[in-house]
Amino acid sequence: MIGPDPAGWPTRYATIDRIGGLALVVLALGVVWEARTLPFGTLHNPGPGFAPTLLAVALGVFAILIIAVGGHSPPLSALTWGEGTHALAILGASAFAALILERLGYRLTMLLVLVFLLGVVERKRPLTVAALSIVLSFGSFYLFHNLLKVQLPRGPLGF
Amino acid sequence: MAETLQNLALGFSVALGPQVLLYAFVGCVIGTLVGMLPGVGPLAGISLLLPATFGMNATTAIVLLAGIYYGAMYGGSTTSILMRIPGEAASVMTCIDGYAMTRKGRAGAALAIAAIGSYVAGTVSVVGLMFLAPPLASFALRFGPPEMFALMLLGLLVLAYMSGGSMAKSLAMAALGLLFGMIGIDPMTGFFRFHYGLVELGDGIGVVPVAVGLFGLSEILLTAGQATPPEVLKPRLRELLPSRQEWRDSVWPIGRGTVLGFLIGIIPGSAHIISSFVSYAVERRLSKHPERFGQGAVEGVAGPESANNSATSGAFVPMLALGVPSGPIPAVMMAAMMIHGISPGPLLITQQPELFWGFIASMYVGNVVLLILNLPMVGVFVNLLRIPYPILYPAILVFCVLGVYAVNGSVVDVWIMAVMGALGYLLRKFDFETAPIVLGLILAPMLEMSFRQSLAMSSGSYAIFVNRSIAAAMLLVGLGLLLLSLRPILIRGIDWRRRLGHEANPRLEEGNP
Repeated sequence: MIGPDPAGWPTRYATIDRIGGLALVVLALGVVWEARTLPFGTLHNPGPGFAPTLLAVALGVFAILIIAVGGHSPPLSALTWGEGTHALAILGASAFAALILERLGYRLTMLLVLVFLLGVVERKRPLTVAALSIVLSFGSFYLFHNLLKVQLPRGPLGF
Repeated sequence: MAETLQNLALGFSVALGPQVLLYAFVGCVIGTLVGMLPGVGPLAGISLLLPATFGMNATTAIVLLAGIYYGAMYGGSTTSILMRIPGEAASVMTCIDGYAMTRKGRAGAALAIAAIGSYVAGTVSVVGLMFLAPPLASFALRFGPPEMFALMLLGLLVLAYMSGGSMAKSLAMAALGLLFGMIGIDPMTGFFRFHYGLVELGDGIGVVPVAVGLFGLSEILLTAGQATPPEVLKPRLRELLPSRQEWRDSVWPIGRGTVLGFLIGIIPGSAHIISSFVSYAVERRLSKHPERFGQGAVEGVAGPESANNSATSGAFVPMLALGVPSGPIPAVMMAAMMIHGISPGPLLITQQPELFWGFIASMYVGNVVLLILNLPMVGVFVNLLRIPYPILYPAILVFCVLGVYAVNGSVVDVWIMAVMGALGYLLRKFDFETAPIVLGLILAPMLEMSFRQSLAMSSGSYAIFVNRSIAAAMLLVGLGLLLLSLRPILIRGIDWRRRLGHEANPRLEEGNP
């Protein structure tokens, strides 16, 4: 994703490695906080909280190392987010699928996801959108559910 | 030797059965397609097809999934050579000289050498797997919990050491994967950890939604917004024959790539990726005309392509013989075997000889199928690359949701996939590797269990890890790797690939997705 450090940025503080490392430190602290409710046991007889705490500490140590040596990585501003809108739309479609898959059934859910991605995000012609959405949603259901006997959810209308 | 051949005969009697043969063929076709499509690597391909194997018996299921794995290795070379887009990561090095050969009108020869090199390497490395796995499995019967703990820890350390970026980053990702593996019911006490009210998390986070999210969905998120696919050059069938000189130049690189790939494949890590980088560097160093590399040297195609196929078989050695996956793809394969009620490990070969030897024999068959598929039918497969990505990715997303949901019939897995997709997208933007997360996730329960069992065996004494020679030796090697890695961490996150010849081709960096 990121090319080699072209030099000239070592003095900047907000490099991608440092920001990434910082996020991992926060995550490690969060895990340690969450693991406090689990019985830790002792060093010689570890409980269920022992390994998560130990791993969170290890994650924190590695993250601090990343921050410590991360001064030479490219600055945060070198990251480009040109595909960000697409990425958000696709993530939204995935979340939508998770939300309604068992309510509407596989075929209708996938039909809606495909219409959204092909028609709204990619702005394909309505005929192309309709044809591809129907073929893919119903075709994949037939292939996996009917032929390969994979259990897929059906909605209230039998779809 | 006689016993091995007898077992192999048993294997062929299984592999040449019409049903197994059919699934080997189907796996190879799907694998070739998966390898060619940017954004669907072998890991995502295997994960997505896993639910479709639920109705099959264990042997056909594993043969199908393995066919996808080594089919993807073959298929990945096609896009590298014709479009300079690696279909999967192991084909990155093939882009350099493969595409240069295409520009010189030698696309057919490059494809032929890649396919033949892959065939030779695939076949020879299966011989290695056949002879190495059984004795290794016998040796592994001496392993108790301390040895298993040391082995798995060593595996994670080697993976971190061999990966492309800094070791601190890889180890952080391995720790993150291990933390994900902590979710669910603690097998020793029954304590439910990090469940947040979701009973579906009782068995922990599944490897399939994590793998599909981190590899499949994150690739879509990174690629979908980018425009203009490169031109596809379609070779003619009569151009497929390499010249006499090209044959001569390819023989030794294929041989060296085969041996290197197999040896690297056994070592934990993303073996098929690393092996192609190492092979390319070796060939360039041994060449009398290193200046030809990057300009269309056939050795730059023959070596890496042989190496990544050979590594595929090598990676099965620790998985089948020890029950320890050496990378994310064997980890998913192992999960697939467990779903089918098979525990890979030292007892697999003796308890399930039909499965083990049938699997080995099917790899011989699969390599022949792939050679036939990849030479005359390359023109047919290339047409797939003409589908615009804005149409392709919604279809891939549909299969991601389908595959992930179907494993457990749970929408929680679809949510996990979406979260992992977002996480993988961010991690890759921030230059973190995601492979150690998958390996950490699958090793976590085994690692924790063997650690606590070891302490239970020794009444809480940590000396058990140093008093037992095998465990001590493995931990010593792991410590050595940690110390070795301190140097690059201190001076800067050195990318080992720079030293292996990647820096000489900066154009590749620019062109890669």
